[in-house]
Amino acid sequence: MKGLDTAQIESSSKRLWLTFAADPVALFGLVLLGLLILLALFAPLVVPQNPYDLAQLNILDGRLPPGSSSFDEKKFYFLGTDDQGRDIYSAIIYGMRISLGVGILSTLGALIGGTTLGLSAAYLGKKFDSLIMRIVDIQLSFPAILIALILLAVFGQGLGKIIIALITVQWAYYARTVRSAALVEMGKEYIEAARSLGLGHLRIIFKHLLPNCVAPLIVVAAVQIAAAIALEATLSFLGLGLPITEPSLGLLISNGYAYLMSGKYWISFYPGLALLIMIVSINLVADRLTDALNPRLQK
Amino acid sequence: MVTFILRRMSESFFVLLVMSLLVFAGVYAIGNPVDLLISPEATPQDIERVTQALGLDKPLWAQYFYFLKQVLKGDLGHSFMFGTPAIDLLLSKMPATMELAVAAMLIASAVGIPLGLIAGLKADSWVGKTIMAVSILGFSLPTFWVGLVLIMFFSVELGWLPSSGRGATSLLLGMPVSFLSWEGIRHLFLPALNLALFKLALIIRLTRSGTQESLRQDYVRFARAKGLSESRIIGVHVLKNIMIPIVTVIGLEFGSVIAFSIVTESIFAWPGMGKLLIDSINNLDRPVIVAYLCLIVVFFVFINLAVDLIYATLDPRVRLGESAQ
Repeated sequence: MKGLDTAQIESSSKRLWLTFAADPVALFGLVLLGLLILLALFAPLVVPQNPYDLAQLNILDGRLPPGSSSFDEKKFYFLGTDDQGRDIYSAIIYGMRISLGVGILSTLGALIGGTTLGLSAAYLGKKFDSLIMRIVDIQLSFPAILIALILLAVFGQGLGKIIIALITVQWAYYARTVRSAALVEMGKEYIEAARSLGLGHLRIIFKHLLPNCVAPLIVVAAVQIAAAIALEATLSFLGLGLPITEPSLGLLISNGYAYLMSGKYWISFYPGLALLIMIVSINLVADRLTDALNPRLQK
Repeated sequence: MVTFILRRMSESFFVLLVMSLLVFAGVYAIGNPVDLLISPEATPQDIERVTQALGLDKPLWAQYFYFLKQVLKGDLGHSFMFGTPAIDLLLSKMPATMELAVAAMLIASAVGIPLGLIAGLKADSWVGKTIMAVSILGFSLPTFWVGLVLIMFFSVELGWLPSSGRGATSLLLGMPVSFLSWEGIRHLFLPALNLALFKLALIIRLTRSGTQESLRQDYVRFARAKGLSESRIIGVHVLKNIMIPIVTVIGLEFGSVIAFSIVTESIFAWPGMGKLLIDSINNLDRPVIVAYLCLIVVFFVFINLAVDLIYATLDPRVRLGESAQ
């Protein structure tokens, strides 16, 4: 009656590892992503300065190009500094922390919310199912950025609000995915067996149905986490996302935008490059995961 | 067919109503626009007079019903900042956004369909693989950052193209357009390219998978057996069949291009509806925000309906009556 036994998990994780080992590009993406996550986790240990401790900033070091030494010649800014003399490299690592954090939190939120609603829709069927799926259809006919923009315009900006906006935008993908997977499972005998044993609804949904619908969810989550990070950056760039006290990569790029015209490209360019590397590495991993977990492509 | 359209229309109307309620109630909650409009030295009497003139002293529901009544008359309120009707303000910015979106879609299709065909026909060669690798990059690149890089490279470093504004416009059928003058095209190119890149990757992938799929079909094998030239097989038989999903997606994505032009317009200071929306959010110009959102929802509802109908016309297998069940 177990959803997955340990041998199965072992073989599927082994298979997963083999798919990555077989594809050097995807493996590169995985290593890169791991490195970025480590950098973001241990940010205070790997950067030369705390970019938001004003005592460590020197206004005389403002807008130095990459590869400059500080005014007192004690520090070296290999990616330059911004208008307040902040080391761009340190700001990027701290920004990555916020961007990744927002991406992961909102993906988790959307995953939990969307999965619960999608599974319930498949399990309960009838009116509840058609109501949820109508909402999903209607929501997915609008671009994510528009819905997020409306929510932020309506409720204002802030860390909590942007996470809520991203969850609201993304839950529908998970709901739709898990529902279609669950509908297939619902027709199978083990669900019928669980029902005739008189198990509770919650137990059937979460202990029997859910474990068998996990693979497509992982694929969607891998793609959506990159989308969430990009969307947060875009909204923050437009001045509608995170407040200035939570400087994500999008805000750093927006901050340097004003200096772009005078040729001081590095204030915007390098945070953008970091954002790009982060999104590309997630997408490379996601792409491979999609192939590996898609049963139709398995030989 | 008629029931399908009616059902979709009533659904759309419901969406519109919910949206207007949500947006109106929410926008009402963010800050007081009177504070932004009057000088700090204004007396309490002045403040009261402005509040009354804008109708902000009435209860929320009264403002909403007044708003709904006015909407049905085609009046979406006056902009707090400009004093002109919000809908006129929006409509005056619409040609700029439409021109940008159409130009972007043309670039994306003109480049994406041939590249996708090549990638599909030569899937295993380095050409096909390179095109696909570039398209993965295209999916990953954040639009706003690409815009900045374009400005950095073409405007600041090379100085070839202007980085902001729309340039000289000329009138075409009473609408101001940029693409008729050289100066206008120079202004249009970078923002249109920026917006196009966002859809290019999608069109490449769609064309490629369509091509690969149709190459395996019997009608292609039959056409080959008949001795038709390769260019005719691909140009006529394959292309015609893969156009169905491509047209659908181009149509569906047109709405999202308009939504995404908010970002591009903000970067390139393109004077369209998207830039107006961002400016209005920053200025708490409620009627313009509400009018924009209502307009774009109506717009989306029509795009979705139109795409369904086009799809049914292009693909006789789609039975609208059945899909309505």
